[in-house]
Amino acid sequence: MSGFTWRSASRICVLLLVSSLIVIPLAATILGGFKTDGELRAEPFGLPDVWRTEYYAEIFADTRFWRYLWNSLVISLLTVALTLILGSMAAYAFAQAKFFGSRFLFSYLLLGLMFPFAAAIMPLFLTVRDLGILDTPWGVILPQVAFGLAFSIMFFRTFFKQMPPELFEAARVDGCGYIRFYFYFTLPLSTPILATIAVFVFVQSWNNYLLPLIMLNDRAGYTWTLGAMDYRGEYISSWNRTLAFMTMTLTPAVVFFIAAQKYIVAGLTGGSVKG
Amino acid sequence: MTLVSTESSIRSAKRRRMRFDLSGQTTMLLIFLPPAILLFTVFVMLPMAEAAFFSPYKWSGYGPAPWAFNEATGKTFGTWIGGTNFERMAGHSAFQTALFNTMKVIAVSLLIQLPLALMLALMIYRKSYANTVFRLIFFVPYILAEVATGLIWSFVFDGNFGLSRMITDTFHLQQAFFPLAEKEWAFNTILAVIVWKYFGFHMMIYIAGLQSIPKDFIEAARIDGARPLQIIFFVKLPMLWPAITISIFYSVLGALQVFDLVMPMTAGGPSNSSHTLVSYLYNFGFIRLNVGYGSAVGVFLFAVGVIFAFVYRNTVQREAAQ
Repeated sequence: MSGFTWRSASRICVLLLVSSLIVIPLAATILGGFKTDGELRAEPFGLPDVWRTEYYAEIFADTRFWRYLWNSLVISLLTVALTLILGSMAAYAFAQAKFFGSRFLFSYLLLGLMFPFAAAIMPLFLTVRDLGILDTPWGVILPQVAFGLAFSIMFFRTFFKQMPPELFEAARVDGCGYIRFYFYFTLPLSTPILATIAVFVFVQSWNNYLLPLIMLNDRAGYTWTLGAMDYRGEYISSWNRTLAFMTMTLTPAVVFFIAAQKYIVAGLTGGSVKG
Repeated sequence: MTLVSTESSIRSAKRRRMRFDLSGQTTMLLIFLPPAILLFTVFVMLPMAEAAFFSPYKWSGYGPAPWAFNEATGKTFGTWIGGTNFERMAGHSAFQTALFNTMKVIAVSLLIQLPLALMLALMIYRKSYANTVFRLIFFVPYILAEVATGLIWSFVFDGNFGLSRMITDTFHLQQAFFPLAEKEWAFNTILAVIVWKYFGFHMMIYIAGLQSIPKDFIEAARIDGARPLQIIFFVKLPMLWPAITISIFYSVLGALQVFDLVMPMTAGGPSNSSHTLVSYLYNFGFIRLNVGYGSAVGVFLFAVGVIFAFVYRNTVQREAAQ
């Protein structure tokens, strides 16, 4: 193994370089919230001279901030719940039952994976308006669920199909019907895939910007992404406040990611192996 | 009814009852399928079809449909203008820029982001503690919200504060440098942030692919005297091809949807130089309440996405599956 050390040294250099490109902006964001604006100008990436907590405290005491987080949380949780329920039910129907038109309906749903969802945003806005749910959480939730269905049904169906068919036959002989089997066997056996899809849908909904931007007008109903843009517009000349705001919204996301990373990675790799 | 009934008659009675209670297949289908299909149709397929029907009209969105009759004015709500929206779109310089920018995103994703992701995946796909830490770090940008990413990087590129301030200081330039406010720099800066944000996602796909390559293959090649680079090019990359085709697919479809990053960084400016197709649609369709025009752009976006997906699935991915 000649040249091994040289190779591994250059490898470590590349990895550290890329890591620093990720860590430094994030660290600057967190630290920036502790600095005055003047200090930010002079020393954007260094440690603060004095650790000022007033900017964080200001946001912490701001009821609007908690309101935004709460709105995002409600929208994300309802989106996750509905996607899991409707998606797994439809996928169960496709995986377990043989019926006329099954293939057609499945390909119909898969069409949803093929085009950017923003393409239909104008008529979607009108649909939501005509249904009278504009400016309510449902105006964001229902389109999000609808667009997430294709993706989740595909994953669920693959997973359900891998369950041993003997299980269903045995349950059937004992008088267990399709619906009971779904609740008593399919769902409890599918917790890994349910968790993976839940984490994915949650992150997507939590980070969504375009749909809330179009559907929500009233500030009281803003999600945190809209709130962050609003906040930035309000304090256009003082970055430290925006950076403190960003830190306070990123922290839960990163903590959540580290807690759930097993499921996120499983979701990614599941998609890549099965296509 | 006799008091003594045989076992078989009980069973047939049970079976008969089952057909009507909640255990039959048809009942299950009638309960399980319609909600998903209905939601998908109302919020995904119908709007897309409507976009096609709205695109030949000039319409502000007032009223139920552009072709509906408005009793108050004695005319329809919208005006039929045929292909004018598409002609206007094709001739609009901001649209051409947006289209060109979207193609740039595709090019940068395929030529810079994917090779970078692949290189890093090759470096850290083996299971070890240090590799896990690097993997976690590289994946963090993907988890961050686009809006948050955009705001952080507009701070870094703010001429008075961050990185660009350091550049001006080091070179003792007189004027502050605002890359996001320069026509030549704005979109290239966004491109850099796109690579920064999404390479970790593709890297994860490659890592999963690399980990599923049987060790015997690599071992056999090594015993045959293959060098590390030869192993990468003749063993690992060919085995990784299915994963690569998936990541190309995600890259292109993702490139067509870039919007959230553009808004906090430039909002399409300066002078419409940094629009993508979606931010163009938002700006010239939604903001100006021009439903017909926005729908025309949407139809274009839809066509590009579906044609790509269809051709790609039937050529490249079919080959990869074989």
